[in-house]
Amino acid sequence: MHSVSIRSLDLHFGAVKVLQNLDLDIHDGEFLVLLGSSGCGKSTLLNCIAGLLDVTDGQIFIKDRNVTWMEPSERGIGMVFQSYALYPQMTVEGNLSFGLKNARMPRAEIDERVARAARILQIEPLLKRKPGALSGGQRQRVAIGRALVRDVDVFLFDEPLSNLDAKLRADLRVEIKRLHQKLSNTMIYVTHDQVEAMTLADRIAIMKGGQIMQLATPAEIYNRPGNKYVADFIGSPSMNFLEGDLSDGHFTTGGENLDITGYPFEGPATGAATLGVRPEHVATGHDLQGLPIQAEVAVELVEPMGSDTLVWTTFAGQSFRFRMDGQAEVRERDTIRIGIDPAKASFFDKASELRL
Amino acid sequence: MRTTDTPPALREDSSRPPNPLFRNLTAKLASLPMVLTALVVFVGCTGWTIVHSFTGSKLLPKLKWVGFDQYEKLWNTRRWLVSIENLALYGIFSLCFTLVIGFTLAALLDRKIRFEAAFRTIFLYPFALSFIVTGLVWQWILNPDLGIQSVVRSMGFTSFEFDPLYNASIVIYGLLIAGLWQGTGFVMVIMLAGLRGIDEDVWKAARVDGIPVWKTYVRVIIPMMRPVFITALVVITSGIIKVYDLVVAMTAGGPGIASEVPAKYVYDRMFSSQNLGQGFAASTMMLLAVVVVLIPWAYLEFGGKKHD
Amino acid sequence: MTDAARLLDGPRGPKPTRRLSRRNIILYGTLSVMALYYALPLYVMVVTSLKGMPEIRMGNIFAPPVEITFEPWVKAWSEACTGINCDGLSRGFWNSVQILVPSVILSIAVASVNGYALSKWRFPGSEVFFTILMIGVFIPYQVMIYPIVILLRELGLYGSLWGLVLVHTIFGMPLLTLLFRNYFTSVPDELFKAARVDGAGFWGIYFRIMLPMALPILVVAMILQVTGIWNDFLFGVIYTKPEIYPMTVQLNNIVNSVQGVKEYNVNMAATLLTGLVPLTIYFISGKLFVRGIAAGAVKG
Repeated sequence: MHSVSIRSLDLHFGAVKVLQNLDLDIHDGEFLVLLGSSGCGKSTLLNCIAGLLDVTDGQIFIKDRNVTWMEPSERGIGMVFQSYALYPQMTVEGNLSFGLKNARMPRAEIDERVARAARILQIEPLLKRKPGALSGGQRQRVAIGRALVRDVDVFLFDEPLSNLDAKLRADLRVEIKRLHQKLSNTMIYVTHDQVEAMTLADRIAIMKGGQIMQLATPAEIYNRPGNKYVADFIGSPSMNFLEGDLSDGHFTTGGENLDITGYPFEGPATGAATLGVRPEHVATGHDLQGLPIQAEVAVELVEPMGSDTLVWTTFAGQSFRFRMDGQAEVRERDTIRIGIDPAKASFFDKASELRL
Repeated sequence: MRTTDTPPALREDSSRPPNPLFRNLTAKLASLPMVLTALVVFVGCTGWTIVHSFTGSKLLPKLKWVGFDQYEKLWNTRRWLVSIENLALYGIFSLCFTLVIGFTLAALLDRKIRFEAAFRTIFLYPFALSFIVTGLVWQWILNPDLGIQSVVRSMGFTSFEFDPLYNASIVIYGLLIAGLWQGTGFVMVIMLAGLRGIDEDVWKAARVDGIPVWKTYVRVIIPMMRPVFITALVVITSGIIKVYDLVVAMTAGGPGIASEVPAKYVYDRMFSSQNLGQGFAASTMMLLAVVVVLIPWAYLEFGGKKHD
Repeated sequence: MTDAARLLDGPRGPKPTRRLSRRNIILYGTLSVMALYYALPLYVMVVTSLKGMPEIRMGNIFAPPVEITFEPWVKAWSEACTGINCDGLSRGFWNSVQILVPSVILSIAVASVNGYALSKWRFPGSEVFFTILMIGVFIPYQVMIYPIVILLRELGLYGSLWGLVLVHTIFGMPLLTLLFRNYFTSVPDELFKAARVDGAGFWGIYFRIMLPMALPILVVAMILQVTGIWNDFLFGVIYTKPEIYPMTVQLNNIVNSVQGVKEYNVNMAATLLTGLVPLTIYFISGKLFVRGIAAGAVKG
């Protein structure tokens, strides 16, 4: 059974088409991350699922129930917001129980559910406090608790960690992952942070211009990006792109003729194309052995980052970066030998930008 | 890109989207008072009056068309002409003085002075009082037999004359003194808010450049406060056109008809002399005056922004 | 709102020197002279109202009373004649209170709901009505007063207290709606969304979430409405009967009635009594009053 199914969803604000003919199936118990830069429609999609925005056309199913026109509270969802959105004049307990009171649940059951959520999230000592007296991390925990007490099928997270500082964000990220393991609800999580997406997701849906560019597991998205946009978006520093032409097992770019035996083509292996190579997939030193593509390049700029070192250079007449060990002894104007494994690279059609 | 497990077609489903009219019905019902006020009062009543200004209504409103007769009569009535002249005079003086005094007071208060709060409280309290109270106090202070005139005379200046409320040629200045007393504090507050909205770095820059303080105000600060001045201008103007209570309390339009104003003309025609048509025509003229003031402002304020 | 908040930040201009420089003398001199102009009428009101008539006829209106008497106050409150009756301003005072309380409550209730709906529950056309309301601020009342008389007569409210309450609610609506709309717009949308997910409806969110957060703006609105409605003259005189005339109308009738000898001390006591309610509000509320009027003028 699918937890959430979206069919032919359209959402227009006047003439602006925010979501276009969008289809998506989310599995039961899945952790799905909607990832994209701002304005891609990911939050809009989440708001549509929640029922906070009226769709222009299409259908939304939750647990095989058509919820397209239902009130948010009738959909069996809980939602956690970026700004926490705690009711400032209510205590933590009041915040947690507000939804249950609105559903006219018996007092005893409300108390039991609040206590359970507080225990799971370890916010029991905070129950009598007002949100103003809590730290950012505590607030977000209460916000999660508010979704938790509702005992819903689907959790919706709208950039829940964006307002926290880096350290707290990492801690809470782990906690959300633990929570998912423990509860095994379906979770739909919107973020623009690819680290959050990669670490949390069972599957990632990368969005752009109101459409899903790729829906796949984090590994698949990282290793076999479906198109140039996804390839460029995922990975930091981002992928190197070399423009050139494909013909009989070779790729001609900037005067170099590269042997690409070993690349598992899915599409036609000829024509104008773009070669994508992740900086961390460029080999140096001992790793060069047996690689069909090798070249001597001049080091132009070195960015030491402790755990690794980013080296800027020019390859085949185009700007090119690669990553070396953090302790590597490289200096500007050095010459260094690099190699590329075609099996780890990606080719995209120049016109359609789709993976070849 | 395949994003579904089953073919991505719309499913057969009985549920239909609800009628958009009934979506969030409570919100629409709760807005009903606003909708009714906007449509019935602000649009409906205004339109009604404009329409009836073209009728010969006397005691009761009747749709007996007379074309522009009421307007012709209006502009041939001496009392209306005096009212317009008074309003123009009062308006121009009031506008200039209010802006100048309001800005000056605000600038003085903004000089990091001591007792700022006390001064501000004193300058603003008349604004809390009604025009009736304002008019009656000044009527008493300007009383020629016992007020300022008699005090100055008793000090030895026996030929001193200042009796605006009994002298038709200067009565409008009497109104002005009272009107300014009541309203300038408010403009001062707006101006002060505007001054405080200006980045302190502007002052620092002017000081580094060695520009004298007065010159900084004239060349830098006032141009920067253009929106505040425009707001003040609009607020003052729409207030001036409505002037009524002050005249009723202070002079009742006298001596003679020397201090009549349009708002009073409308009221008297409608409710005292049972000449509704005249009242409607006169009030429509007032509306026209507001529109003439408002349209350039609306154009400056909103029209320009659209082209950005 | 933001400008009004800034107003309370403290002065920004360059700091004048401490010593008794020529500039300081001009600065404080100008301010003091202006302060005199603004303060004098209040002073004159007070001293005149405490003098007996003989002393007023003999003396100087600026002189403090030689013999303090409270008789004018008593007379103004309970005996002064309006030309119709002679039971003083007390009647007008109670009329004003009876008009004020429902008018303030109703106008704020309606406007806060409007502002809430306009900021959080926009529906097609809601902005159009709001725009009409904002334009309505500038329409001279004179254009609308007569048709409203007809409307009230049709509703059977003309000349009654509730008719006037309705008129105050209508004409207070634009400014108050703007005030509440701007305030509720500043409340994060996510809070509103969270409450909807929690199953609260239009009224649930209004009463449980929005109103408790709107306390400061409610006070500002109250100050605006109490002073505005208390000071109203035009609507009172048009839409009510003499028995329920508000205090301002009663005051004008007392002071400007042509019968009898003018008793200036009683008149000033009456004037002061009428101004007492808004003055008290002004002096108590202080900064909130400033915030209220600035919020009305400096839009957005």
